[in-house]
Amino acid sequence: MLFEDPIAAIGETPLVGLPHLAPEGTRLYAKLEGQNPTGSVKDRIARQMIFDAEKSGPLTDRILLEPSSGNTGISMAMICRLKGIPLEIVMPESVSAERRRMLDMYGATVHLSAGDQGTNGAIRVAQQMAQDNPKYLMLNQYENLANPAAHEFGTGEEIVRDLPEIDMFVAGLGTGGTLTGVGRRLKRHNPNITVVAAEPPAGDLVQGLRSLDDGYIPAILDSTVIDRKFIVGSKDAFRATRALFEQEGVFAGISSGAALHVALRAIRSVGAKCCVVLLADGGWKYLSTGVHTADADEVEKNLGDQIWW
Amino acid sequence: MSVEVKIPTVLRKHTDGEASVTASGGTIRELFDDVAGRFPEFREKVMGDDGELHRFINVYANDEDVRYLQGMDTAVADGDVVAILPAVAGG
Repeated sequence: MLFEDPIAAIGETPLVGLPHLAPEGTRLYAKLEGQNPTGSVKDRIARQMIFDAEKSGPLTDRILLEPSSGNTGISMAMICRLKGIPLEIVMPESVSAERRRMLDMYGATVHLSAGDQGTNGAIRVAQQMAQDNPKYLMLNQYENLANPAAHEFGTGEEIVRDLPEIDMFVAGLGTGGTLTGVGRRLKRHNPNITVVAAEPPAGDLVQGLRSLDDGYIPAILDSTVIDRKFIVGSKDAFRATRALFEQEGVFAGISSGAALHVALRAIRSVGAKCCVVLLADGGWKYLSTGVHTADADEVEKNLGDQIWW
Repeated sequence: MSVEVKIPTVLRKHTDGEASVTASGGTIRELFDDVAGRFPEFREKVMGDDGELHRFINVYANDEDVRYLQGMDTAVADGDVVAILPAVAGG
């Protein structure tokens, strides 16, 4: 495969079987989004959001501002560096050092928000900064229709083409872009496909929300395409991340383990013959946690208050 | 029927600081009625006037979001665990 630059190499990720983890009588496939140029699914939406924004003029004399727990920021930082667009990221202080380091290396400016408010806190800080200063342009992955569109016409299209017999799709819920976009494409292909959301255990770690009005539901999330939704405890996510590595040789991030855990549960409880689980990023940013080989208690200790989604 | 209802940090000031409350009932609605009987502020924090869940509240029965099951009418059984959590974002 030949591409003229890394931005053009985004997408068209491998869909690979997980024969050792698939329950008997079922087929289970993983969409390896860690194979994107910066190592996560977010390359897809970063490219689409920036391309769409460029349609109304060059962005080099603006400053892009984005709240992100990591991967979206890293994807935007790579693209903005290649295009010469200034970028600032608001990120909870509770994310791993690897994520901050990646942003620094690509040349993005990082603003830290309160760790105990998770990504909700980062969104509020970024909204306030954008409101106070017109130099900022916030593409806002939580409200930008380019986010689900990148998945509807990219990720979802690839899955339907490569595995038309799919009857279940499982992915993590962060902005809702993956589930909304892929879900729409899959339901058009076959309305009987079950779309399942895997939700991080926010309550385990995000303890700083002062009231329920601090809750947040992304505007782009279309819950009508989601059929079932499960929350995943941290330790279950760690164990599944390790199983992916040890049993299938797939080196993935912790939210990928969470999605796998939910996929295995949903295959059994809801029923499926051919399931695709989307693995949002690779394992590199989580190497220091030991999650790929250590037991769950040890990983929990290593991770401390860090958020992993 | 006895079901454990886990209370998020943000709501514990309305449950005398309890992180977990044992409640009885055959559905989420009956459980919450039982909890609200003991902690009156709990009802307005979790449910709207229409008796449905507050928008920013997610409720899970054995880790599954009840909005995608039968909502407040989702059945629960003895020994089940129900968790209440605020909606949060990722990305």
